[in-house]
Amino acid sequence: MKFDTPATTNPIDRLKVVGQPTERIEGPLKTSGQATYAYEQHEAAANQAYGFMVDSAIAKGRIKAIHLGEAKAAPGVLAIVTAENAGKLDKGDYNAAHLLAGPEVQHYQQAVALVVAETFEQARAAAQLVKVDYQTTEGKFDLASVKDLGVEPKDELPDVNHGDFDKAFTAAPVQFDQTYTTPDQSHAMMEPHATLAAWKGDQLTVWTSNQMVAWSVGDIAKTLGLPKEKVRLVSPYIGGGFGGKLFIRADVILAALGARMAGRPVKVALARPQMANNTTHRPATIQRIRMAAAADGKLTAIAHEGWSGNLADGKVELAAQPSQLLYAAENRRVSMRLAPLDLPEGNAMRAPGEAPGLMVLEIAMDEMAEQLKMDPVLFRIANDTQVDPVKTERPFSQRQLVKCLQIGAEKFGWEQRKAQPGSRREGRWLIGMGVAAAFRNNLLVKSGARVRLERDGKVVVETDMTDIGTGSYTIIAQTAAEMMGVGLNDVVVRLGDSDFPVSAGSGGQFGGNCSTSGVYAACVKLREAVAQKLGLAADQAEFADGQVRVGSKSLPLRNAAEGGALVGEDSIEFGDLAEKYQQSTFGAHFVEVAVDAATGEVRVRRMLAVCAAGRILNPTSARSQVIGAMTMGVGAALMEELAVDKRLGFFVNHDLAGYEVPVHADIPHQEVIFLEETDPISSPMKAKGVGELGICGVSAAVANAIYNATGARVREYPITLDKILDSLPEMI
Amino acid sequence: MRAFNYSRADSPAAAASQAAQVEGAKFIAGGTNLLDLMKLDIETPVHLIDINHLGLDQIEATPEGGLRIGALVRNTDLAADARVRKDYALLSRALLAGASGQLRNMATTAGNLLQRTRCPYFYDTHQACNKRNPGSGCAAIGGVTRQLGIIGVSDACIATHPSDMAIAMRALDAQIETVKPDGSTRSIPMADFHQLPGNTPHIETSLTPGEFITAVTLPAPVGGTHIYHKVRDRSSYAFALVSVGLILQKDGTGRVAVGGIAPKPWRVEAAEALLPKGAKAVSERLLEGATPTDDNQFKLTLVERTLASVLAQARETA
Amino acid sequence: MPISRRNFMILGAVTATAFAMPPFISLKAYAASLEQPAMSQVTLQVNGKPQTLEVDTRTTLLDALREHLHLTGTKKGCDHGQCGACTVIADGRRINSCLTLAVMHDGSEVTTIEGLGMPDKLHPMQAAFIKHDGYQCGYCTPGQICSAVAVLKEIRDGIPSHVSPSLTEPPKLIAAELQERMSGNICRCGAYSNIIEAITEVAEVPA
Repeated sequence: MKFDTPATTNPIDRLKVVGQPTERIEGPLKTSGQATYAYEQHEAAANQAYGFMVDSAIAKGRIKAIHLGEAKAAPGVLAIVTAENAGKLDKGDYNAAHLLAGPEVQHYQQAVALVVAETFEQARAAAQLVKVDYQTTEGKFDLASVKDLGVEPKDELPDVNHGDFDKAFTAAPVQFDQTYTTPDQSHAMMEPHATLAAWKGDQLTVWTSNQMVAWSVGDIAKTLGLPKEKVRLVSPYIGGGFGGKLFIRADVILAALGARMAGRPVKVALARPQMANNTTHRPATIQRIRMAAAADGKLTAIAHEGWSGNLADGKVELAAQPSQLLYAAENRRVSMRLAPLDLPEGNAMRAPGEAPGLMVLEIAMDEMAEQLKMDPVLFRIANDTQVDPVKTERPFSQRQLVKCLQIGAEKFGWEQRKAQPGSRREGRWLIGMGVAAAFRNNLLVKSGARVRLERDGKVVVETDMTDIGTGSYTIIAQTAAEMMGVGLNDVVVRLGDSDFPVSAGSGGQFGGNCSTSGVYAACVKLREAVAQKLGLAADQAEFADGQVRVGSKSLPLRNAAEGGALVGEDSIEFGDLAEKYQQSTFGAHFVEVAVDAATGEVRVRRMLAVCAAGRILNPTSARSQVIGAMTMGVGAALMEELAVDKRLGFFVNHDLAGYEVPVHADIPHQEVIFLEETDPISSPMKAKGVGELGICGVSAAVANAIYNATGARVREYPITLDKILDSLPEMI
Repeated sequence: MRAFNYSRADSPAAAASQAAQVEGAKFIAGGTNLLDLMKLDIETPVHLIDINHLGLDQIEATPEGGLRIGALVRNTDLAADARVRKDYALLSRALLAGASGQLRNMATTAGNLLQRTRCPYFYDTHQACNKRNPGSGCAAIGGVTRQLGIIGVSDACIATHPSDMAIAMRALDAQIETVKPDGSTRSIPMADFHQLPGNTPHIETSLTPGEFITAVTLPAPVGGTHIYHKVRDRSSYAFALVSVGLILQKDGTGRVAVGGIAPKPWRVEAAEALLPKGAKAVSERLLEGATPTDDNQFKLTLVERTLASVLAQARETA
Repeated sequence: MPISRRNFMILGAVTATAFAMPPFISLKAYAASLEQPAMSQVTLQVNGKPQTLEVDTRTTLLDALREHLHLTGTKKGCDHGQCGACTVIADGRRINSCLTLAVMHDGSEVTTIEGLGMPDKLHPMQAAFIKHDGYQCGYCTPGQICSAVAVLKEIRDGIPSHVSPSLTEPPKLIAAELQERMSGNICRCGAYSNIIEAITEVAEVPA
């Protein structure tokens, strides 16, 4: 199905199932431990052996020698994979560094070997006996010192120069110029990267934990030099991804190589202390924001310039991107520079670009509002735009940022905020409120599905879409139930298998809208087949309550499958509506913090997000997406930082004790409000993404609340207490 | 993790004796730190002696009016003991500020004292560490040191001791009771139990090979207001940046022990004498000779401010 | 505890002769005796059912459950006591099953998520997590639920927490207490707010 004209009324609009708060259909399995993740596929293949990865002790250089003697002689060892014996390995299109080092080492804890043994204990013990001699070469590990080597990322974000920024900036009565930093961050999903690999002849099957099935099949095939058809990837449950499982990682390739060498199925999970350096992370940024405004608070010029680093084939973090679109100003400069670094590969993490971009831009907006002596909510409202500020003929399909801010301010009690920092105190605690805009683009990716009406009347949906906690299983079931006019219990959803039609996958908050649109398309095909089978006119048929009706004629849906199952398969393909309209999602975050006046410890007391993100397919799981993202945003604001050893070139705090993420006690009750919105420009579902919108801006709202509480304006994330101690009141 | 044999000891003396017979044997109680480190090939015992079944899990009153805490009393039980809550609140508070509910259910009194540093370079076997591998150097010095020690450290090691409980034990003048492989017993004051690194950071306590902790005794209650304030980067389940344990008497005298800054619970009796003069005077004396890095210099200020805060709270309560 | 294979001899000697010091065993000689993994038999009462296993002494309780008994509801998130995904209830207390050895639990009663309830007969806590959407990816969920069940008991038993205002008063069933006590269970998806609502609902129904 080609989607190139705005959606009109369709069966989804009935909203009998779609749009209703719905418990996750896989809930009973997940809450009873019956949902099986990649490392838990005991039934999938007999005689599984265990692999344990050996990782590099240096950040950059060469392997001079690997001594395997002791490890090979260790009890239970079946095989040891190294670059020397693995055969020719290519590099995946989506990987910057090789997944198995040798002889070159490209980053710290890059895989150098896999030890396969009968048991996990034996594999780990033998892996610890592998000795490697390295030749270290000098590397670049400090973004600040290499940023001037950065180059323009012409494919991803060519420089935007609109109007005459320099002139407008110089001429303006109110000017603002500050530089900020955001640190490297780790996805730290709860399930480590893990794979079970089994060969049947030259056919490889991997049960793995992966967000993007088709991409990853392609990259496994490319890396191992296999035809794509020889690779099957199964990923039914994913214990969190956040971008960290968009691409194949060492576990997949090592498990496949280990299984081939050992001649039996092998499973590999990265050990937690290996993950931060072995896999990808959100790259650190340096960002400079300049703004100029007239005395009335209207922005006349905005410049957002950023720097990030990466390995040679790595990408830039598009932190400056949101400043293309978020606020009005006639003169604009937006640019990123990508500098060479020898740290592990930086790549997408929840809301790449927007998340670190808004961490900075939305502090700057707070600072500029203060400079203008304006309320930060009103300042943002004053600079709203309903069109792409660079291509003014291009409107936003929907843009309710102003309403998000207004409703949020009202619900949160924003009027109680005192503009003067440090002026509200409750005992030991200094209290402050902060606001930030949320903004994330709505991306559209082709997505397919197959829907089958079984003889027993069940509707089975198959697509290689994944559910990484986002609620895909449920919204896909809701979509099929709505389209076919059956109850949720009559729908079976099968996901995450490369034998199924290729979907959008889970990334860039496009998965929900695009995958359900693909299911919609497949259901349209199935409805046609059903109508034809029942001798009804497809374009007039109404599917409801297990019946198919045309006028006064009504037949049970299941009758259509009496002679055998009926199948509808199709994809949604998006036309050029995204060119004609800017499609984005918006929100406003409100945060209240308490800061210990003595120690600077920060406690988040209240959080509210107001979101406008198209039709909300399942308010229950959408709300969960938003509160989860708000939680991650609190982490980014207050604690999350992969600490770089700039001499040795690695992330030092590479486990879950060292890399702190929020715990229960850090997170208060969270409120989320979704504004009424349907976006017919986006898809037949009239939905947009929401999973990443929730993290965009949260951290800045926390930062702004801390400033309001204490007067400490911290421009280097995370805002740990050492950075605000000096701004706290004198102790007696 | 290397292969090891496993046995259960049936008495403290037998445990000590077993340990002395096999070089590289270790006792295992809660296991929360030992297994953590064994998985990383940092601890490499060839024999584990399980001491969980020795009946050392009782808390008893002593004739002197104090408490004798069995070495195997779990952190949860110690924190929840009615006598501890009433008379040694500092100890309850310190325990409850540490780790998580699950870990406190496993971790023991003796094990808590014996836990090793959380220095990230110690935990990373790719890195040089004099504590883990004597003579190999210290990768932490000059590296990422925000969490590391500012006082009592040496050119060989700048790690801190991570225990919260030990801070309270130090302030309460606890004594460590042990039995040696030859069956002899002794009592070690908390002040002498943990060793400063000097040139031998791998030697962390004054225990001799095979020596087995049987109990920790607390002297009779000293009264006063007890406050433990642990400052960390998140609200729970994290190691301290700085922690301050305070016992303040009505007359303004008291005791102060500080965590998160040194290789052992940091208490300077001469500094406590300055309590009536306030936090600044105490912390200046307490931190005399500190050698912070740029990354952890803030701990100097943080100790003083935290102490000022708990002093104010204690005065309000008193 | 029965010890199998040839390590039995060494161990037997040590155990039986507490004070009758046999000759000192050097590290090298001892390590050499460990060329093969030391195996041990252990009997666990798992979810009310006795399970006898022959395990490597190195096998954690977590791996015994997951890899030997195929009870994969208990999750391995970090294997180092830093996340809580492996939480089970052993002899009435919640613990991190990753930081304890299976051999240390000979005779222990272990309750895992599978023992709390299954899809056709959910425990009230499991049902409340579903109702309040107290999970997303599901990986930390079994640990959260086991922990939550144990937390309510800890509060009923009067065990204080870091945030209890008084050490001498019984702790209260309030959000702050639940948040502190649940902090050993990390949820990176960030379902915390919903999890606390789920636990609160169960807590408010008298046990």
